[in-house]
Amino acid sequence: MQEVNGPALIVFVALFGFITWLGFAAARWRKGDLDLLHEWGLGGRRFGTFVSWFLIGGDLYTAYTFVAVPALAFGAGAVAFFAVPYTIVIYPLLFLAFPRLWHVCHKHQYITAADFVRGRFGNRWLALAITITGLVATMPYIALQLVGIQVVVGALGISGSGGLSADLPLIIAFVILAAFTYSSGLRAPASIAIVKDVLIYITAFTAVIVIPYQLGGFDKIFAAVPPQKVLLAVPGANTTGAYGAYATLALGSAFALFLYPHSLTAILSANSGHAIRRNAAMLPAYSLMLGMLALLGFFAIAAGVGTAPEFAAGFKQFGNNFAVPALFLHSFPGWFVGLAFAAIGIGALVPAAIMSIAAANLYTRNIHREFINKNPTDKQEAQMAKWVSLIVKFGALVFIVFVPTKFAIDLQLLGGIWIIQTLPAVLLGVYTRWFNDWALLIGWAAGTIAGTAMAIASNLTPTFPLALAGFTFPGYTALYTLILNLVLAAVLTPVFNAWRKGAPFDATKHADYFA
Amino acid sequence: MNDANTKRRGWSWWYLLFIIQCAVALWPPFYNRLEPTWLGMPFFYWFQLLWVLVGAGLTAIVYFATET
Repeated sequence: MQEVNGPALIVFVALFGFITWLGFAAARWRKGDLDLLHEWGLGGRRFGTFVSWFLIGGDLYTAYTFVAVPALAFGAGAVAFFAVPYTIVIYPLLFLAFPRLWHVCHKHQYITAADFVRGRFGNRWLALAITITGLVATMPYIALQLVGIQVVVGALGISGSGGLSADLPLIIAFVILAAFTYSSGLRAPASIAIVKDVLIYITAFTAVIVIPYQLGGFDKIFAAVPPQKVLLAVPGANTTGAYGAYATLALGSAFALFLYPHSLTAILSANSGHAIRRNAAMLPAYSLMLGMLALLGFFAIAAGVGTAPEFAAGFKQFGNNFAVPALFLHSFPGWFVGLAFAAIGIGALVPAAIMSIAAANLYTRNIHREFINKNPTDKQEAQMAKWVSLIVKFGALVFIVFVPTKFAIDLQLLGGIWIIQTLPAVLLGVYTRWFNDWALLIGWAAGTIAGTAMAIASNLTPTFPLALAGFTFPGYTALYTLILNLVLAAVLTPVFNAWRKGAPFDATKHADYFA
Repeated sequence: MNDANTKRRGWSWWYLLFIIQCAVALWPPFYNRLEPTWLGMPFFYWFQLLWVLVGAGLTAIVYFATET
């Protein structure tokens, strides 16, 4: 149990109070009729380049990322830096494919990836597979955002002792989040993202300048890191070793990222394809910051917080995720610790809000409207989404309070493997209608099942040691199973097409994919 | 539909810059080394951080070259 840090707590609570007000006030920002689903759930598709930059950045670079990536550097070393090539590779993808998806979704009023797949392929079961994958992959992701809040609240020393009271600050934060998301929709995280990102940038730049200065420079810091952690291990004979794992983790994570429902929600809320393309050049600022934050793991090693007695309880409770909070407590005055922790805590609320909105959009559009009530009024549809966003957040809260954190982390790992299986239908679907919908569905199922089995076989670690003709290729399971998925879909497409009479269904036209 | 939109439908040679950007980022043997260090930081770290900036620059070039 940490001791309460007075100044840190005051700054933290004040900033939380401010964003609570902002979240509710956001309902009046660029005012729209919040009884329409695209107004509540996509902010009316009205965000320009600037707001989109904050919104997409605040959405993709989550609080959990800011805690977990340095924690991985602290524990495992160089491999944590895969987050950097990962976030380099995503932007060409964003630049090339997503403006097309934005245009077709704008033209047909689609608000989810499953909407698009339904329109493109006309197969409600394929659309259902996309929907369920999106929902299942998003839920543990929301739960992990709560872990980010838990860690900073624990480090502030305000989590009560034992039982439900231990989680009281977390519950309060989530009730606030649920309330402003319900009332303001996507406008709430969009406005809060601006505050959060300013705080995060201040924290990251200060930390990466001040802490190395305190510790006597980068050479001293890297000298304190065990040599085997500083670089990737050079692969031995007959294996691609750590290099293969590093590159496939980066590439596979990049393919998966924009398939997550919350990524697409943020992208579709942009007001033009231009705004998305411009952001592909501007969002790397966040990658740079993430890379700098990853270095904090090494700073934490050099500062020796892992063995300091005052942090022993924190590390015992939160594991390596406590490395960054401990480093801040060690290095900064109380008021700045409060600011940095608020950045992480608020940084959890932004993506959590967007994720719950994305999940609500998915359920409302692609399950409720497709299978239960086919002709809802606009108002009913928006109201349903608001309720679902509450249920989703409540579910995540219950999950994190009553289930060990390890399960959320494992499920999030599996979520990456699952969501990447929607790539052929969604991302390739943006370019071609060549694939047969049933072939895509079988590819999806095979990839999902094989990926889950491989992940379990490798003890729920992300990489699988694929052995071929005497060579071993340790690599990201998601990427391997995506290849299986694609091969199956491609091979089965001519087979299924032989049965089909007439031209395939397609509600979209070639011209819909451009301005 | 005007000419600019028609042009954007197809392939642009400028997209090759993206291949450079990704290929370097995804080839660890290229940067998995200590020397040369910069401000005491091993090459592995500062090079990848620098490559983020280079990637952003290349993306900006493609943007201005293909957006008319």
